[in-house]
Amino acid sequence: MSETRRAELGEQRVAVALTVNGRACRLAVEPRTTLLDALREDLALTGTKKACDRGECGACTVHVEGRRILSCMTLAAMQEGKQITTIEGLEHDGQLHAVQAAFIEQDGFQCGFCTPGQIMSAVAVIEEAKAGWPSAATADLQRPISLANLSKAEIRERMSGNLCRCSCYPNIVAAVAEAATRS
Amino acid sequence: MHPFALLRAHDATAAIAAHAQDPELAFIAGGTDLLGLIKDRATLPARLLDINGLPDMARIDARPEGGLSIGALARMSDVAVHPEVRKRFPVITEALLFSASGQLRNMASIGGNIMQRTRCAYFRDEDDLPCNKRRPGSGCAARHGLNRNHAIFGWSDVCVATNPSDLAVALAALDAHVIVRGASGERSIPFSEFHRLPGTTPATETVLKRGELIVAIEVPPSPEGRASHYLKLRDRQSYEFALVSAAAAVAVDGRRLRSVRLALGGVAPKPWRLTAAEAALSGVSLDDPGALARAIAASFGDARPLAHNAFKIELAQRVALRALQIAGERA
Repeated sequence: MSETRRAELGEQRVAVALTVNGRACRLAVEPRTTLLDALREDLALTGTKKACDRGECGACTVHVEGRRILSCMTLAAMQEGKQITTIEGLEHDGQLHAVQAAFIEQDGFQCGFCTPGQIMSAVAVIEEAKAGWPSAATADLQRPISLANLSKAEIRERMSGNLCRCSCYPNIVAAVAEAATRS
Repeated sequence: MHPFALLRAHDATAAIAAHAQDPELAFIAGGTDLLGLIKDRATLPARLLDINGLPDMARIDARPEGGLSIGALARMSDVAVHPEVRKRFPVITEALLFSASGQLRNMASIGGNIMQRTRCAYFRDEDDLPCNKRRPGSGCAARHGLNRNHAIFGWSDVCVATNPSDLAVALAALDAHVIVRGASGERSIPFSEFHRLPGTTPATETVLKRGELIVAIEVPPSPEGRASHYLKLRDRQSYEFALVSAAAAVAVDGRRLRSVRLALGGVAPKPWRLTAAEAALSGVSLDDPGALARAIAASFGDARPLAHNAFKIELAQRVALRALQIAGERA
């Protein structure tokens, strides 16, 4: 839509300053622009995928302030001042993140469309376990969990917000388990 | 997505005044339900007021006397993993951890969780099928449609939808209070009175009025809190709404139940407290499953199935029994 047409519709533009993968970004977005659309359309970071756009599939998972969230279910204009990491921000100086390497090693994908979301989720799953967060698969809520007891059942439960229509789940679980061991 | 204006709130009094004056304004916190509703055109607010910047509304306080105060802007994850919540009220931690996904739990606020709207597929349908919640007077497509996921208690001919919140079931069982602020100050709403039955006006789902903001949930201390459990049955193992769920909390004398708190999810338009069963369970031995089941049945005399969900009447009683037994093992 052209700026003129937007002005005719009286649409508001909201100025928003974000840090994306360590880079300061200033945007002027429509209020209804999701963080997902801002990343893909305004910042050309197309690694983050748009699939269901309803918070049901996990393909759009990114980190805000170090926590995994669904970028399709929040507005860009609500992220003022936030630190955002996308799949493009994981690799450093040509070195893949341990989770990225583990997905290749364990063949954790086929078509690859869900993979950026799977990997962003997995990176956070490992951090959540390090922080002692329990899950619905944790037998005893009173005992702190650690990476050492991140069983396959735990990984499956913690990764359940990321769907894979190629059904690579066994290899995804193996990749997360391998990355957890290396972390 | 339907266009709207976005405003940012910095002060609760001003936010409440803005909401009171503007019938087309909605508060937004996590956004995980509201944005989906807007995308599905189930609600079309002209203005959203982002309340995430309101001060002191994300605190989780473990009170010295054994209760909890949970700020409305606290995120599901933070409440679920809080050491004192896990210790004092495992039923709350479990209800949260069995909800949604890790990503959504990091986003969704506690105030928004208890305000979330039904997952009835007809209500959510983008094609605008008959739904009295969505368009009052348009009819209920679920009443004689596909209603396997719908209510067996508390429904009316104009709406048979269920409330989808797991947390609300735990909070109802624990007699929590919803602390609400309006222009004339705060009021405290007992959890069992917070959600309404549909009657002839299913679009009005809670007793909240325009110009009121949920600021916190207060969970009173209770002798049953520590021996509590949330059991959720669903069509897939994880990341799914409840088909039937139960929150149970017990206090015991030896193996006999001294007092019981019991509520069901997935079966009614609001969290469904089983008060008759609670009374009948008092004094019953945890080692007598037959007597436990008979006492639970005391709350099922008014269950009314729809065409596709009669199985929920038996299932809900079994879920309640199992939840009670697991809570009993924690006593």
